[in-house]
Amino acid sequence: MNTQILAIAVAFWLVAWLVNTWLVGLRPTNGLVAKAINLMIPLLFGVALLVLWEGVIKGFDVSKVLMPAPSMVWARITSSVDILWADFYQTYMKAVLAGYAMGCGSGFVAAVIVDRVPFLRKGLLPIGNLVAALPVVGIAPIMIMWFGFDWQSKAAVVVVMTFFPMLVNTVAGLTASGNMERDLMRTYASNYWQTLVKLRIPAAMPFIFNALKINSTLALIGAIVAEFFGTPIVGMGFRISTEVGRMNIDMVWAEIFVAALAGSLSYGLLALLERAVTFWHPSYR
Amino acid sequence: MLERRGFSALLYDRIVPIGVVVAVIIVLWYGFAVLLNAQFERDQAARAKTEITTSQLIERTLSQDRPLLPAPHQVVSEIWDTTVMKKITSKRSLVYHGWITLSSTLLGFLMGTVLGISLAVAIVHSKVLDRSLMPWIIVSQTVPILAIAPVIIVVLNAIGISGLFPKALISTYLSFFPVAVGMVKGLRSPDVMHLDLMRTYNSSAAQIFWKLRWPASVPFLFTSMKVAVAISLVGAIVGEMPTGAVAGLGARLLSGSYYGQTIQIWSALFSAAVLAALLVMLVDLASRIVLRRMGMAQ
Repeated sequence: MNTQILAIAVAFWLVAWLVNTWLVGLRPTNGLVAKAINLMIPLLFGVALLVLWEGVIKGFDVSKVLMPAPSMVWARITSSVDILWADFYQTYMKAVLAGYAMGCGSGFVAAVIVDRVPFLRKGLLPIGNLVAALPVVGIAPIMIMWFGFDWQSKAAVVVVMTFFPMLVNTVAGLTASGNMERDLMRTYASNYWQTLVKLRIPAAMPFIFNALKINSTLALIGAIVAEFFGTPIVGMGFRISTEVGRMNIDMVWAEIFVAALAGSLSYGLLALLERAVTFWHPSYR
Repeated sequence: MLERRGFSALLYDRIVPIGVVVAVIIVLWYGFAVLLNAQFERDQAARAKTEITTSQLIERTLSQDRPLLPAPHQVVSEIWDTTVMKKITSKRSLVYHGWITLSSTLLGFLMGTVLGISLAVAIVHSKVLDRSLMPWIIVSQTVPILAIAPVIIVVLNAIGISGLFPKALISTYLSFFPVAVGMVKGLRSPDVMHLDLMRTYNSSAAQIFWKLRWPASVPFLFTSMKVAVAISLVGAIVGEMPTGAVAGLGARLLSGSYYGQTIQIWSALFSAAVLAALLVMLVDLASRIVLRRMGMAQ
């Protein structure tokens, strides 16, 4: 047992905590400084967490089969960029993006139709709500049987997973515009499509982006889990399940790091896009 | 539009539309079952050098052993066979597998709810935690958490912990998030006026918590628990896959996909769906009862 490393890690954690406490107490008048502090606090917390993780692993000599230290995972990431890139390309660029686009697109179109036909709204929406809560990843083996082992079957799982959140959220969003605004559109003599495109869809945007954000995580999960059921010898889910079997836990964590990075970046990108599209919304003004 | 009330509202706004949509889905399902399974039957007939009539074709496509898409009645009869007709202790009983999945779902849901509530309480009461932990809780959900499932299972197996607990941990990881976020919102929901009133009563932080914040957060708690219980089930099912398909609904899915037993896959899927719906309904029922007793029912 290496108490020195452990002590250093714990000390770093404590210092980071104190610094954070001090940072929270600050009341900067400059807007830019306030923004920097807002970013600093969680960043410092994350770094402290990593240092503590490293310290505990090194300090207690935990076997790398159980839990690798962050430095080991990083070494593995830098030494096997090509494998990680191939897996990322197979899972994310092919399966996730195709499935995400098709699932969200068809969910949106279905929502517009459901909104137009009240009978469908009453009949389909409760079922959509139910399906959105179901363990949809379970259809993965069926999709593999139908669409083969390659990325198409994973994209199909992603389509089914993302369709219902999009449907439910968009239908809710289309009712978000107020009666007054709709009456205004009527006094302008606008028809259904004009009202839809110029008023109701823009008003639904916060809901639509909410679904897009939920779906960005769901899509990645769906594609990775679907690969547990069978895949050609490339892909993030495939790599995770085989490397776990070979006890190469550091490789698994490297894949998880890539997945986390991809998930966070797509989420961040969507958040930026949302801000640009819904600039009129009270929460951004 | 005409306002309907009571039974006729239930009939025209719920039962008829939902019934029609379900009926359409079932009809479509039969159609696709015939369409997808027909190729196999035609191949069989061509190999045996016999002609089959259309009615024969339809009849056979709906009663294959390993169809590409089983017909609804095949799935229903399989579920009937493996729940009512088998002994509960039998390894082929869906009740047995369902119970295994359900127990780890419930344990994970319980741990996740407790963890979520404690995190929310800590975040509401500590500014440092709010600013440093909250962003990471949100980032943790952009990570495809289920990807970690095999790691958790294998690692805990290696140090001698197996069975219910590792699967429950995955459910915990999935279900703590909605509870934490919902409870932070709920614990902050009391008005400034109410908080000020408590302060004029000279109440301590603990008193404010138990008499104002906690009661105000109960509706938020139940809303997030509905989401949490559904994803706990997903976590438990996925957690059963990497252990090598021993027992549970996830194992039924995996072994069904290994051996091409489509009817088994579909029946496992349906029982998972029924289980999810039942769990959500149960939480909903509990929330109605509690909110009514607290005088908060709408």
